Amino acid sequence: MENDLNLKATELRLGLPGSDEPERQMIPRPNKRTLSDIVSEGSRSTTEEDHQDTAPPAKLQIVGWPPVRSYRKNCLQGKKDEVEGGTGMYVKVSVDGAPYLRKIDLKVYRSYPQLLLALENMFKLTIGAYSEREGYNGSDYAPTYEDRDGDWMLVGDVPWEMFISSCKRLRIMKGSEARGLGCV
Amino acid sequence: MHKKMAFSFPDEVLEHVFSFIQSDKDRNAVSMVCKSWYEIERWCRRKVFVGNCYAVSPRMVIRRFPEFRSIELKGKPHFADFNLVPDGWGGYVFPWIAEMAGAYPWLEEIRLKRMVVTDESLELIAKSFKNFKVLVLSSCEGFSTDGLAAIAASCKNLKELDLRDCEVDDLSAHWLSHFPETYTSLVSLNISCLGSDEASFSALERLVRRCTNLKTLRLNRAVPLDKIANILRHAPQLVEFGTGTYTADVRPDVYSDLAGVFSSCKELKSLSGFWDVIPDYLPAIYPVCSKLTSLNLSYATIQSPDLIKLVSHCPNLQRLLVLDYIEDSGLEVLASSCKDLQELRVFPSDPFGAEPNVSLTEQGLVAVSLGCPKLQSVLYFCRRMSNEALVTIARSRPNFTRFRLCIIEPKTADYLTLEPLDVGFGAIVQYCKDLRRLSLSGLLTDRVFEYIGTYAKKLEMLSVAFAGDSDLGLHHVLSGCESLRKLEIRDCPFGDKALLANAAKLETMRSLWMSSCAVSFAACKLLGQKMPRLNVEVIDERGPPDSRPENCPVDKLYIYRSIAGPRFDMPPFVWTMDEDSGLRLS
Repeated sequence: MENDLNLKATELRLGLPGSDEPERQMIPRPNKRTLSDIVSEGSRSTTEEDHQDTAPPAKLQIVGWPPVRSYRKNCLQGKKDEVEGGTGMYVKVSVDGAPYLRKIDLKVYRSYPQLLLALENMFKLTIGAYSEREGYNGSDYAPTYEDRDGDWMLVGDVPWEMFISSCKRLRIMKGSEARGLGCV
Repeated sequence: MHKKMAFSFPDEVLEHVFSFIQSDKDRNAVSMVCKSWYEIERWCRRKVFVGNCYAVSPRMVIRRFPEFRSIELKGKPHFADFNLVPDGWGGYVFPWIAEMAGAYPWLEEIRLKRMVVTDESLELIAKSFKNFKVLVLSSCEGFSTDGLAAIAASCKNLKELDLRDCEVDDLSAHWLSHFPETYTSLVSLNISCLGSDEASFSALERLVRRCTNLKTLRLNRAVPLDKIANILRHAPQLVEFGTGTYTADVRPDVYSDLAGVFSSCKELKSLSGFWDVIPDYLPAIYPVCSKLTSLNLSYATIQSPDLIKLVSHCPNLQRLLVLDYIEDSGLEVLASSCKDLQELRVFPSDPFGAEPNVSLTEQGLVAVSLGCPKLQSVLYFCRRMSNEALVTIARSRPNFTRFRLCIIEPKTADYLTLEPLDVGFGAIVQYCKDLRRLSLSGLLTDRVFEYIGTYAKKLEMLSVAFAGDSDLGLHHVLSGCESLRKLEIRDCPFGDKALLANAAKLETMRSLWMSSCAVSFAACKLLGQKMPRLNVEVIDERGPPDSRPENCPVDKLYIYRSIAGPRFDMPPFVWTMDEDSGLRLS
């Protein structure tokens, strides 16, 4: 049950110390924060040390708390085009063949490998490696995104910061369909 | 043998009497008096309210109320607002539209909250209901401006189009041009949630110009400040107005134009919008401030001195939404200037910052509670609280009907005594005897729930997070709160015992939400088995609950009463526990 974030050591008990609580089974879930993931006040630091690229990021935010609607958070970020602060940036993710959409918070990731791993875990599929020349050729699935101009691009084509500030939504296409995109 | 009473009113007389009874609750009561009243009432009910779209099927509603003109439906549970309900959970309106389109074409009004509305649904509405008048979509999603274009093009008698807090796919702002040039019946238009980087201003202006009955107009952020004057010039009769972005280079001609146009709006009672506001342009609205009863500054990132100046010009304010930039000092001014204040909402400007960025504390709320005798509804985000303050607030303002307090850091204790805030919230429920809605926060033990169960007899909705010690807490609420309809709980150590002991209570409520608590899968199955009139939904993105031990807690649980039985539109991560004691997969 131990993982890189050392959940056990930072776990907040659900209740007063000494009270009898059944141990909640902790199954590591990327991108989901439970009470046990919250570091207690004293040690909550704003330094965002990067753990390894493959681990979920160090950002300590509880899902849905404080209870502020997303459209309020978005407006506090300033102009829509600016991306600053740590108030979350949810984009929709669709997967070809899946009947429902999901939403992820792009602010939570620091790099393409982190994002792709999270997508693979969320949708139980393999995306494979990106190469500049070949795109995701050879993978079952290829991640694409719609940018601010309305164009559909292959995830990985532009530097990460540029991607974060221009990505409006994600679509994970079947590998065969994405071939055209990779050859721009 | 009984002698029957010889006199009874003819049906038409009863129908006429019933027509004065509008409230849903009263209508339901009327229909329970006797069979003949039930029959008469169902034929003349014109407005139907369905608080949970899965509690009943469209066919059942249509069968019972054959001649309704207006329907209001609610879908997802409230915690969906904070991303706790995964996308795809449900709440689709299409089946309702499809049934109603078939049953009768004279439907006039549709009001939806937290439902998934597709373009297909909007197109079907546009095509099916010839006298369609009112469409209110509140916190809905799933549609684009294409769907709106269909409504605009076909609904010749449309009076109200209100998209509040919706997520709309902005494909094109040109949907507005789909209102034909002959169309003039618009009374209310709220497009504040639309993005549209390019807005079709000329179409908007033409629309406003020809709809002389327009009373409510709420624009979106994309409408620049210098366009507002042109729009308002043609609509001096507006009662409610929402600006777009309220910033521009400071130019005297733009300013005086704006001020002049606001002066001519003699009926204006409500203002909103104010995205990106700069203080220089605020005085342009001073001419209308004395008549304002409602002001929404919750997007206005201006500081306390400017907010204070503004608020001091509005003595008749009844409703204020504002960011915590107003600070305690601003709330003190509010308390002394706005004696008619009934509702206050203070939102956090920096909800995720670890340290306070503004000087807004419990003192602001105390000041307003002491100073505003009509205050009855509060939503307040702050970073510290004390029992002393809460007791003062409760004693001075026993007329609270809605009290929602969010102390930003979970489990924050009384900052003066370091004790839990049980006593403070206990005072709120004890003194505010008409309290209908309560949201708790801060450090709370089972004791606060004991107070709530004992005193909160009129409480209809309770929101709980990171609180309590044991099942006893949940038991106090379920066994004590007689009027409880909606209970939503997250991250509390409540488990099986209280839930199973109070299973019958759940049938008297609309719904119960529990996420990140300690309710086991076994208990969910048992509940589903024993209570056929409850839908017990387990929502778990980790995979099927029977792939883990039975005593493992479920991730999320949503229980609601229903006469429609289990639904069939569930995504793969939702299971309904039912009598077959197996899992029903959709």
